[in-house]
Amino acid sequence: MQIDMHEVEEVCKTLYVQALKVLPDDIKAGFKQLVRNETNATGRTILDTMVENIAVAERTNNILCQDTGIPIYNVLIGRGVEFDGTQLKAAIRKGCERATTECSLRSSVVHPITRKNNQTSSGIRVPIIHVDFDERPETVSIEMIPKGSGSENGSFLKMLVPSDGIKAVKAFVIDRVIDLGGRVCPPTIVGVGIGGTSDLCMHLAKIAATRPLGSKCPDEEGAKIEAELSKAVNELGIGPQGLGGRSTSFAVHVEVAATHITQNPVAVNIQCHSARRARATITPGGITFSA
Amino acid sequence: MAHHVLEMPMTEDQARALRVGDTVTLERTLFGIRDATLIHMFDKGRKTKFDLHGHAVIHTAPNVHRVPPSNEAPVGYAPFCIGTTTSMRMERFTHDLMQREGVRLIIGKGGMGPDTLAAFAEFGGAYLAIVGGAAALETTWIEQIVDVDLDDLHPESLWKFQIKGFGPLLVGMDSHGGSLFADIQKDVASRRDAVLKSIGAA
Repeated sequence: MQIDMHEVEEVCKTLYVQALKVLPDDIKAGFKQLVRNETNATGRTILDTMVENIAVAERTNNILCQDTGIPIYNVLIGRGVEFDGTQLKAAIRKGCERATTECSLRSSVVHPITRKNNQTSSGIRVPIIHVDFDERPETVSIEMIPKGSGSENGSFLKMLVPSDGIKAVKAFVIDRVIDLGGRVCPPTIVGVGIGGTSDLCMHLAKIAATRPLGSKCPDEEGAKIEAELSKAVNELGIGPQGLGGRSTSFAVHVEVAATHITQNPVAVNIQCHSARRARATITPGGITFSA
Repeated sequence: MAHHVLEMPMTEDQARALRVGDTVTLERTLFGIRDATLIHMFDKGRKTKFDLHGHAVIHTAPNVHRVPPSNEAPVGYAPFCIGTTTSMRMERFTHDLMQREGVRLIIGKGGMGPDTLAAFAEFGGAYLAIVGGAAALETTWIEQIVDVDLDDLHPESLWKFQIKGFGPLLVGMDSHGGSLFADIQKDVASRRDAVLKSIGAA
């Protein structure tokens, strides 16, 4: 299968807009569960408003949140796929820019030093593009994540040492969630990276924060910590928007990587309640869209 | 826990009557402001053509559509999606925003800190918590974009909105030292050790 770059450009444009407008089903289901368990009156009212907003966005064909985010495209390429990598990246970038200009989306991207906004949601190394490979025959999937920044500012890395143990890893996560309070737009998904190098650890936290609800850490030990922390954060009382209640997070997700004998790194990256993402899968049979 | 309907602009007495836990619905006029707007106004000395005395500002940078100027869109901007950003980043500007520009209310998400609380007590003001991320709903409370200033900072311009039934919003911080955010933080801090112990991390 040869990748059609015009198709990729169109798909990347569509994905950005779709991600901004329609929340994935797993997040909608996550809201239902939080509403059922919330006992705090203010917390309930806030959750109800969030659920109403999801309906209003769909009814009025509007985007869910004003923050169009930092655009991230995760490309997964299967076997037997032919493509020119440079053209692929250019097509993704073009699709992202066209979504912004043609649909009048707010460009939330600026030069880090001059703060100049070129009004296209793109700039140096942005959109962020990750390319990876898997075993699926003649299949390309593209996931688009408009990563909101209220929650992205809730990012931390700590190079703990082995003698600190896993105990310090858990305490670090809880303490960061406490520090962040309502600033990261709870209920959140708390993404936790454990292990790797500093950069990989941070990336793991992002993978964890943007993983669908209901998915589990593939590593058994990581999955245990994720279950423990998921329960623990909702005992803190932070609640929706930091105004009290049980619904601090939909879940804590953990991703792990092997690390060095001298290291014990932990990273935190938060996803807000507007946990947006959209996916397209391209095969010789055509394109299908999903969340 | 009173509900207040406020026709903007408002007086100091009206601002001081607000107590945490009250709810507020705003009518008529609202200004949109954000990081770059405040940096340019207070760090770079830029002035705005707007009189903000007695008004409310919301921490926002909206999605707008460019349209031909008309009665509905006097400056050629139509609202598309207008939401709210995290307030805490703009903590250091509250004092000057109130003293120099006469602002009374700040609308935002996530709450603000002790400097803001002190400014509310000194000048008479309050923080109204809106539900962050509920921008599609919030947009239905905005009738039009009446005017814009400092638009070279777009989308972080200084926006003037005409609003109708903007709320209900929750008074999260008041001029009497009350802060729901600080109360919750205290409660959360008191639970920390037990939570850490429950996961073997104490």
